[in-house]
This record gives sequence, structure tokens and C-alpha cells, in this order.
Amino acid sequence: MKGIAYFPGCSLKDTAKDFETSARAVMEALGLPLVELERWNCCGTVYSLAADDLMHQLASMRDLIRTQEMGEPEVVAACAMCYNTLKRVSLRVNADVEARDKMNAFMNKETDYEGSIEVRHLLEILRDRIGWERVSERVTQPLDGLAVAPYYGCTLVRPREAGIDDPDAPTVMRDLIEALGATAVPFPFATECCGSYQVVDRRDLVIERSDRVVRSARRAHAQVIVTSCPLCQHNLEQAQQELGGETIPVLYFTQLVAAAFGVEAGELPAAITARPAAAGETGRGN
Amino acid sequence: MVRKRLERMENLREKVEELSGQNVYACYQCGMCSSGCPLAEEMDLLPNQVIRALQFDDWTVMEANAMWVCASCLACEVRCPKGIDLAALMEGMRQLYLRKTLDHVSIDGMSREEIAALPQIALVASLRKKTG
Repeated sequence: MKGIAYFPGCSLKDTAKDFETSARAVMEALGLPLVELERWNCCGTVYSLAADDLMHQLASMRDLIRTQEMGEPEVVAACAMCYNTLKRVSLRVNADVEARDKMNAFMNKETDYEGSIEVRHLLEILRDRIGWERVSERVTQPLDGLAVAPYYGCTLVRPREAGIDDPDAPTVMRDLIEALGATAVPFPFATECCGSYQVVDRRDLVIERSDRVVRSARRAHAQVIVTSCPLCQHNLEQAQQELGGETIPVLYFTQLVAAAFGVEAGELPAAITARPAAAGETGRGN
Repeated sequence: MVRKRLERMENLREKVEELSGQNVYACYQCGMCSSGCPLAEEMDLLPNQVIRALQFDDWTVMEANAMWVCASCLACEVRCPKGIDLAALMEGMRQLYLRKTLDHVSIDGMSREEIAALPQIALVASLRKKTG
């Protein structure tokens, strides 16, 4: 198969369409297109932490079966929450034969899951498969002078065994930002939780937490925040809308890449399109 | 949100340990979990106090809001010098409620617009964490 098996997840088909559009455009441009799993279902969004709870891991295992049916060794997710859930389930059922047998027996109408699918995050593919050098080479509109705060949140880096980078000092998004010609600005709240799903019944608490993250990035003079999680994106945007004042856009990392590659992937905020550097490029006219 | 009451149970510590796969006696109360917890200030028992209460089979931990405020961000889990997964302990405590179908969240009172504005991952995660 040309390309890589891809699990979009629910949010990328609805509230985070920009994420999917830009992810597809970027991977197409890099020659490794995302090939959507057939008949995928919601991963469950959270890995059940109860030791005896296999029932809540079934949804993710079904997606691993879908990947296996495609004859692919691995599946990639762009949404950090989906990635984390699929990854943790894969770690459990790839190693724990007893749990896997039980789940296979329960889903007796499915093909048995053999326990060999690897789950990857799209950032890992960019870093380890494509490489920053090739990403850099593909850039046609360098984001010179743009200060970008990489916001990792939780699910990309924790727990350690499922994370794609160091849980306390991750560098993957910093390296991506720099490969695009922009400046990565470190800020203290880069791996702090935004409050996550508590937004459903504890909105107050999430607004307060997310505001701290945004203020931390703003104090570091960021013009844009990038994330890989549709829930973080929602919460950070909501906090800014609700509290008013000066705002900074919260983009998916793939949107930033699409901008630097000059590929069409939906609307971009003025912070990127109206940068002095960007205006300069247009001015040169070529 | 009306917090529904759960009948007191014997052997609280054992039950939570079994559900979470964790050993609460491994904790020596260094407080690393509480110092790094982004939501600790919203909790009526701090994360390390939750473990302390479990060590003593103290039922007050089941009536504290800590387990419902915890968002399983795992900041404590990656930092615990004793390798305890405190988020799993919180999940174990929630399960004692949820397996008696004592739900902690309901979206019945939310409008269609409010629901539509939320990312699916927020709704599914909240309902998975707080309903049985």
C-alpha cells in the first residue's frame, strides 16, 4: 500500500475538521498519504484505568483488528487522545495474551486480533519516518519570525510507556516548528493539563486552567499556540473567548506545516497570513 | 450536581487496590503528586491525602470531590518516586460508585447547541469517566 493506515477519530470528522484536512494535505505533500481505516469506530477516548476492565478496551481493539484486516503493520492517529487510547490498548493486548484471548472470544464475530499492530502518532511519523531534514526541504513559505508555543498537554507524553517523547521535557514539536523556519518559544505550562473532559460538567475549572496555559504562552511572547489535541484546542480557545482581552490563535501542528508547505488546507489566522515576513515574501513578487 | 451517596463498604483499601492494581502502602507521603497536580487546588482532599486516607480505610475519601476533579492527566503518575499510579486509584474509587450505577454527570440538562459545541472526545470521555 502506498501510504500509511490512518485512524481519524470522531472529532476530526466534526469539530476538528481543519486538523484532518491539513493532516491529509501535509502527508500527501510528503509522499506518504493517510489511508483511512475502513469501518473504524470511536476508540473510546480514554483508556480505562481499572485493572479488570476489558470491556472498555474493546472499541480500540476493534480498530486494531480493522488495521490487521488491511494487512498493515501499524496505524497512525493525529488526535492525541485517540493516539493515547489506541496506544495503551495496543500495549496491553499485544503483551497480555490472556486479556487478548478473552476479548477475542467475546467478539466472536470478529477476526481474532493477533497482537502485532503498532500504534503511532503522526508527529512520530514526521520525526522518525520522514525526518526533519525532509520536512525542511519541502517548505516553500518559511515561517521566519513567527513565535510558536508548542503545547503538548497530557496524552502525547504521558504515561511514559505510551508517550512519544520525554514526559517532562518533550522536544518533538519544537523541532517541527524549527524545521518550518519558525521560532519555538518554550513556556512553563507546555505539558500542563488544560482540564480536559472536565469541560462538560466543570467548565469553570477548565476555563481557569486553560487560561493559565494561554497566559503562560503569551508571557513567552508566542504569537501562535500549536497542539495535537482537539480537546486542548477547544478548551484554550474557549478560555480566550470567555475571558476576552488579547487572543492568540490555537492551531493544530498540521495547519502550521500546511502553511509552511504552501498547501491548501483551509483558513489560517492573520498571525500567519499577515506576518511582516509573509507580506515581505508576497512583496518580492517573484 | 447532587452527589449521590454510596453505602459504606468494608475493606475500602483492598477494593480500591484490586480495581486499580496499585499498592497504597508503597506511598511514603512525599507530596510530589499534590505539588504537581494541576487541579489540586480544586480538591477538598489533596492527592497525597487521598492515598493516606486509603491507607487507613478512611471512608471520608469516598465523600471528597478529589476523584471527580481528577482528569487523569497523569502528571502524578510520571513523577511518583514510588511508581504509584494515583490516577488509577482515583479510577478505582470512581468505579465503586459507577458500578452501583451512581452516575456523577448527566447531559440531560444540556441544550443541543451546548452539546454540539463540545468536541466528541470531551463528551465521550466525560461520560466514560463519570457514568456507569
